[in-house]
Amino acid sequence: MKEAAPPRPAPELTAAQLRSRRARNTAIGLAIGALVILFYAITVVKLGPGILNRPL
Amino acid sequence: MSLADQNAILPSAPAFSLAEPKDYFALLKPRVMSLVVLTALAGQLIAPGHMHPVIAFASVLSIAVGAGASGALNMWYDSDIDALMTRTRTRPVPSGRIAPGEALAFGLILSVLSVATLGVVTNWLAAGLLAFTIFFYAVIYTMWLKRRTPQNIVIGGAAGALPPVVGFAAATGHVGLESIVLFAIIFVWTPPHFWALALVKSAEYGRAGVPMMPCVKGFARTRLEILLYTIALAPIGAAPFLMGFASLYYGVAAMAGGTVMLYYAARLFAVGAGPEGNKASMQLFGVSILYLFLLFGVIVAEKAIAALL
Repeated sequence: MKEAAPPRPAPELTAAQLRSRRARNTAIGLAIGALVILFYAITVVKLGPGILNRPL
Repeated sequence: MSLADQNAILPSAPAFSLAEPKDYFALLKPRVMSLVVLTALAGQLIAPGHMHPVIAFASVLSIAVGAGASGALNMWYDSDIDALMTRTRTRPVPSGRIAPGEALAFGLILSVLSVATLGVVTNWLAAGLLAFTIFFYAVIYTMWLKRRTPQNIVIGGAAGALPPVVGFAAATGHVGLESIVLFAIIFVWTPPHFWALALVKSAEYGRAGVPMMPCVKGFARTRLEILLYTIALAPIGAAPFLMGFASLYYGVAAMAGGTVMLYYAARLFAVGAGPEGNKASMQLFGVSILYLFLLFGVIVAEKAIAALL
């Protein structure tokens, strides 16, 4: 049986690469959080009092 | 070292981007976006009826993001010529901070997200118009017209002029005459605005192979066309007041602004080429930005104040 190739070692990131990745991840997190709040507000505004008026 | 350089040295290694969030923000052309926000808001506010502030905010945000997405697509496609011009060579793609594929994906994702959000939040006519705006800027202007004809920014200016129409449609579900007038103001304003810059940057446009009006038809013809478009712009700028959907304050601002624009366009026509001509071009370029911000700023201010009172 052919032996599996050893896993390739993860490349080490430089401080600058780590810093930019963290900044990108933070920005994506904030953007998604802002979208969640915006869509929640839009849902409440569009449905209005009817938000609770649904078959159970 | 740019990302491209890293990949050239380590062809089998995965590329790790050094792009910061501000680089992605730069892809959206924030200065153009600020104008889109103002003009889309003006289109919404001149529309009859009431719009809930949350819905109004979400729709203006969608229109701004859609405009930004078309800017990202433009920077993806034009990165080869952007690298040849000093004004654009520091943009994220030609400088190597963002890979072209990333800019393309960013633009496409934001295009879909902005159009879908506007459609769900307001109506599908507004969403369709936003999709058309993105298509017109990215495909018709960037991919087709820009490198082929000196009328590139005249026809392509329609993309920049559409936000008030989209804003009006978002508020009402139809395209009103008022929004067409706002479209006409931006459409006629675009040639003198861009050609004033192109007169100064003509050597760079020539080197990049972009057939801007001064490169193809010459400086004298460009200065004449700038003057003719500005003569047409002055009354069109005052049309919202003359047609009765903007106040006397707007009318005074539009007539004063139109007169100042006309003065600088006439001065540019009179002084000709050389350092004085370059100075007059940049003055007209600056005044044209102030003019458009003034007109749409007055509309937004007076409608916002009227809504609050």
